[in-house]
Amino acid sequence: MQYLWRTPGSRTAPEEASPIGPPPLEIRGLTVAYHRRPVLWNVDYAAPPGGLIAVVGPNGAGKSTLIKACLGLVPRVSGAVEVFGRPIAKQRRLIGYVPQRESVDWDFPVSALDVVAMGRYGKIGWFRPVTRAHKEAALHALERVGMADFAKRQIGQLSGGQQQRVFLARALAQEAQLYFMDEPFAGVDAATERAVLQVLRDLDAAGRTVICVHHDLQTVSDYFDHALLLNTRVVAQGPVGRVMTPDLLSRTYGGRPMPAPAAVEAS
Amino acid sequence: MMPDVQEFLQIDAPALLAAVLACAACALVGNFLVLRRQGMMGDAVSHAILPGIVGGFLVAGTRETLPMMLGALAAAALAGLLIEAVRRLGRLESGAAMGVVFTVMFAAGVVMIEQASAGGVDLDADCVLYGQLETILWLAPTGWDSLRDPAVWAALPREVLTLAAVFALCAALVGLFYKELKITTFDPALASTLGIPAGLFHYGVVLLVAATAIAAFEAVGSILVIAMLIAPPAAARLLTDRLAVQILLSVALGVLAALAGYGAAAFGPMLLGASHSLNAAGMIAVASGLILALAVLFGPRHGLLGRRRAIGRLRRDPEAVA
Repeated sequence: MQYLWRTPGSRTAPEEASPIGPPPLEIRGLTVAYHRRPVLWNVDYAAPPGGLIAVVGPNGAGKSTLIKACLGLVPRVSGAVEVFGRPIAKQRRLIGYVPQRESVDWDFPVSALDVVAMGRYGKIGWFRPVTRAHKEAALHALERVGMADFAKRQIGQLSGGQQQRVFLARALAQEAQLYFMDEPFAGVDAATERAVLQVLRDLDAAGRTVICVHHDLQTVSDYFDHALLLNTRVVAQGPVGRVMTPDLLSRTYGGRPMPAPAAVEAS
Repeated sequence: MMPDVQEFLQIDAPALLAAVLACAACALVGNFLVLRRQGMMGDAVSHAILPGIVGGFLVAGTRETLPMMLGALAAAALAGLLIEAVRRLGRLESGAAMGVVFTVMFAAGVVMIEQASAGGVDLDADCVLYGQLETILWLAPTGWDSLRDPAVWAALPREVLTLAAVFALCAALVGLFYKELKITTFDPALASTLGIPAGLFHYGVVLLVAATAIAAFEAVGSILVIAMLIAPPAAARLLTDRLAVQILLSVALGVLAALAGYGAAAFGPMLLGASHSLNAAGMIAVASGLILALAVLFGPRHGLLGRRRAIGRLRRDPEAVA
């Protein structure tokens, strides 16, 4: 029995991604408010199929909120979100999620393997235990991020970068078509940065779509194919070569004079 | 001088059974409060149910368990919703929201008791706090041989049967929803994206804590309930890094605290030559506190001594960083 919360009547299988089908993610007129202050205002966006997409914008621009609203984790004031042409509640098995590392309690008494196995829960469903096959899938996901040796380690005894890789492995274990990642490169060591990038490129090569909140303007053009410049509203969207321009970035970051992307944070 | 067998079976055995079941049930559900960093919720729920108990009593007009239990559950559900509402609307952190809601509801319960007892109704605020473990009697058994008679077991006191049912309910629900409880406690956001209703599990845990607290508080009092919700899981957490082991260990430690505390209260003074006994619920809470203190000191990885040893090793041999 699958987790079909909110859609008990739905028995149809989720549609597979197809090159000419509906876009992986389509957002129409999305508005989200916290305490009556709009955080996202009338956002329209259609993600191209396949490829790595960066969501870029200043602090408080609503980047994380955009992801959470797409996933149904924060209430929408208005607007619609569709994943491969259908509401998200019917497409949960096609979605993977990497939250910010700080969003969970790393003192929790579970091993790295336990955490990665949680990515399989959507496939396991109610009342069934985590079988050996699911554990092997979780271990394989840990291998892909170079963390197989730490499978049994309690998660609090991993470094920040290792914890980030465990989160990434958990998303891989979800075997999704569309991934949402909230700052997977934030505060990680060089080895983890390389590992995360390799995973993103593998996912891209396998035809998956990855939407990442990303802070480091320097690396956007190197790491990603597309960018969505966001500051409450969508400022620009498209291939990185077209939208990562000084002019558009300056408009995104609130009209303050912006140095060219290459100079930001470089010093 | 030890008490004779009949006295033990009629007075000590039912009280001990009630204490063991109450501690086991509280420890079991307490794990999820401690892991959700909502230990205060045990405090909140066990106090907020008071107006529900009094209300159930006043409406039904009897001291039957069922109406009081329903009233208490309703009060617990109300408290859960109010805490969430105060937290959101008042923009307070959840500890502050719980503090406001449970004190107000407990105060309302106390006022209701005062009003009711003015009308000649027999309800006592003290027994809410300390319970009445010593008044649980099992008059059926007359000796070890009588325990073979099913009729003797059928005459078990109502408090013991209620606690056994609640413990069985908790164990069944934790067993059935182990995976879901684990993920909604660790990462509710991911759980929601997988289609697991994290919010429903939050309220489910609150209601389960409430049901346990209601069943337990009549026998052992709300102070022991609060201690047993937190101390055994917190001690177990210091002894292991695995969730399933922690849960089993916390139940074992709860049972140990019940046995040690009751034993110390009932037989301790007698062995020392005193004629009176101590308050059992109080001694059980003390025992659970001692167990937690021992775990803090001697826990293998998280204990103070273990940590000091690890630092000492590191000083002698800085290369051997694990």
